[in-house]
Amino acid sequence: MANGTQIPRDERRSLSSHLPPVVQPGHTMASVTDKISSVVLTRQTPRAWFIGLAISFSLTMLLLVAVTYLLAKGTGIWGVNIPVAWAFAIINFVWWIGIGHAGTLISAILLLLRQEWRTSINRFAEAMTLFAVACAGLYPLLHMGRPWLAYWLFPYPNTMGMWPQFRSPLVWDVFAVSTYLLVSLLFWFIGLIPDLATLRDRSPSRVGRFVYGLLAMGWRGSARHWHRYEMAYLLLAGLSTPLVVSVHTIVSFDFAVAQLPGWHATVFPPYFVAGAIYAGFAMVMILAIPLRRFYGLQDFVTMRHLDNMARITLATGMFVAYGYMMETFMAWYSGSIFESALMTNRFSGPYAAWYWALLVFNVLIPQALWFTRVRSSTVALFLIAVSVSIGMWLERFIIVVVSLHRDFLPSSWGMYYPTFWDWAMYLGSIGLFFSLLFLFLRFLPMISIFEMRTLLPGAEVKEENP
Amino acid sequence: MSQGVYGLMAEFGDVGELVTAARKAREAGYVHLDAYTPFPVEELDEALDLHHTRLPMLVLIGGIIGGLAGFGLQYWTTVIDYPINVGGRPLFSWPAFIPVTFECTILGAGLTAVLGMLGLNGLPQPYHPVFNVPRFALASRDRFFLCIEARDPKFDIDETWGFLSRLQPRQVSQVDA
Repeated sequence: MANGTQIPRDERRSLSSHLPPVVQPGHTMASVTDKISSVVLTRQTPRAWFIGLAISFSLTMLLLVAVTYLLAKGTGIWGVNIPVAWAFAIINFVWWIGIGHAGTLISAILLLLRQEWRTSINRFAEAMTLFAVACAGLYPLLHMGRPWLAYWLFPYPNTMGMWPQFRSPLVWDVFAVSTYLLVSLLFWFIGLIPDLATLRDRSPSRVGRFVYGLLAMGWRGSARHWHRYEMAYLLLAGLSTPLVVSVHTIVSFDFAVAQLPGWHATVFPPYFVAGAIYAGFAMVMILAIPLRRFYGLQDFVTMRHLDNMARITLATGMFVAYGYMMETFMAWYSGSIFESALMTNRFSGPYAAWYWALLVFNVLIPQALWFTRVRSSTVALFLIAVSVSIGMWLERFIIVVVSLHRDFLPSSWGMYYPTFWDWAMYLGSIGLFFSLLFLFLRFLPMISIFEMRTLLPGAEVKEENP
Repeated sequence: MSQGVYGLMAEFGDVGELVTAARKAREAGYVHLDAYTPFPVEELDEALDLHHTRLPMLVLIGGIIGGLAGFGLQYWTTVIDYPINVGGRPLFSWPAFIPVTFECTILGAGLTAVLGMLGLNGLPQPYHPVFNVPRFALASRDRFFLCIEARDPKFDIDETWGFLSRLQPRQVSQVDA
C-alpha cells in the first residue's frame, strides 16, 4: 500500500477483497455527512452519554479534591519518600503520555504510509492524544512540590539571574512535552476546520452557527485553500512523526541518563516508543469498541479497523516483550552484580507478584491476538486491550518503583506503598480524561467527515472527455 | 463588469463534472475562477493550474529559525550568561543541547505550517461573497461549485451565464458582492 497512488482504486479494492471494507458500501457523501454530524447536531443525546459523563465527572471532582489537599499539605500525602521519590506521579505521567502516542501515530505515520483505513479513527485518536497529554502534564507539575513555581522550568529572564539546566533530561522533557501538546493541538484543529464548516452550514441553532462559524474561520472549501491545506497537513504529519518518536525517547532519557540499575540501559528509547504505541492502540480499541456500538458507527469503524489495530497491538507487543527479554539478558551478560541483583529482585523480591502480573497482562494474554477468531470478536479485543493497559501501567510501576527501592547500598533500601491520595489522583486523572472525551463526542464530529468523503466511490474523478 | 456582482456560480452534483467544467472554463480564457468542494480534489490543482505554493519554503525557514533560536538560547545561557563549572566539564556541551534544539525546530516548523496555511489562505475571514448564495451551504456536504469572478477581464454577465449554462450544471446563480 506504500505506493498506493500507482494502483487504481478498483484494483486496490480487489487486492484486499478478502478483508472487510473500510466503509460499508451504499453510503453517499450526503449520508456520511448527515450520519456523523447528526451525533453532534440533531440527534437526542443518548442516556448512556449522561451516565458516562456523570461517572467521569465525579472522578474529576475526586481529582480536584486530591489536588487541593496536595496543594494544602504537600507531596507528603503521597507514599513517596527516599528512596522511592518518583512513584505514582511519574508512573502515571509516562503511562498517559504513552497512551497519547497512538493518536499521533494514527494521524501522522499512517497518513504518510497512505493507510486509508486510518481515516475513520484518526479524529478521536487525536482527541485522545490531547486529553492524555493534558492528564500526563498534571503529574510532573504536581510532583514538583511547589507547582505554582512551575514557570521556573521555562527559560525566561528573571531577577534571580538564573537559567534552566539544559543538560538535564527533565528540562528536555519540558520542551518535548509542551511542543508535543502544542503541535498535536494544532494538527487536531487543522483537521477539524473543514468539518467545523460543515457543522456551521448544517447547525439548526443560531448559537451553533455562530460558534462553529467562529471556529471554522470562514472556511469555504476553495480549491486554492484545499491545495495549501493538503500541503500543510502533509507537512504537519511529516513533522509529527519524528516528534512523537523524540518525545518518548526523551521521556525514556529521564530514566536512561541516570546511573541506577534498571534505568541505565540503551534499549530504553526504542523500547519506550514501542511500549507507547502498544498502550496507545490498546486505548484506541478501548474507546472505539464501545463508541461504534453506542453511536451505531459500525459502517465507518468496521471490523477491518479493529483487525488492523489488533495486528499493530500484537506487533508492538512483541517489541515490548523483546525489550523485557533484552533487559534480563543484559543484566546477566553485563556481569554487573547490581544489574543482576535488580533482576533477581524483580523476579523474586517484594514486588515480584507485580512483575509476574506484568508478564501475564502484557506478554501472555495479548498472544491471543494471533488468532483470527479472537481478532474478530469485539468483546475479546476489548478485554485484551484492557489487559494491555493494565500491563503497561504495571511496566512503569516496575521500572520506577522496583528500580528505586533497592539501589547500590542495602542501607538505603526501602519500600513504597501507595496511599489513598495516590490512587485518588490516578482515578481522578482517568475521570478527567473521560470527561473531556465525553464532551468532545457531544460537541465535535468524532470522525473526520471530509476525509470519509474521499473514501467513497463518488469521490473519484471520472471525466467524460479529458 | 457589473456593479455589486462578485461573480457567477455553477453548481454540480458530481466531482468529475466540476473538474471538466473548470478545465473548459480555463480553456475558454477565464483566469479569475475558483472551485469549491467538500473535500480536497487533486485533479482540480491541475485543472486550475495550482502548482506553486510558498508554504513548504516558509515551513523550512520556520524550522531553521526555531532550531537556531533553540540552540542559540542554550549556548548563550550555559556558556555566556550563566556558566556553571561542574567538575571542570566543558561549558559548550553541545550534544546535550540537541534534544531541545530538535524540539524547537519542530515547534518553529509546525507553527509556521499552521499559521502560514491560514495566512496564505486569508483566514480567518468573517465575510465572503460566495456565502450569499443560499445553496452554497451544500459545498460542505455533497455539492461542487465553480465560480467565475467578476474581476476576470473576460467576464460579461450574460455571456458568462451562457457559458456556464452550456456546461450542464444543476443551477447557475449570481453571487452578490
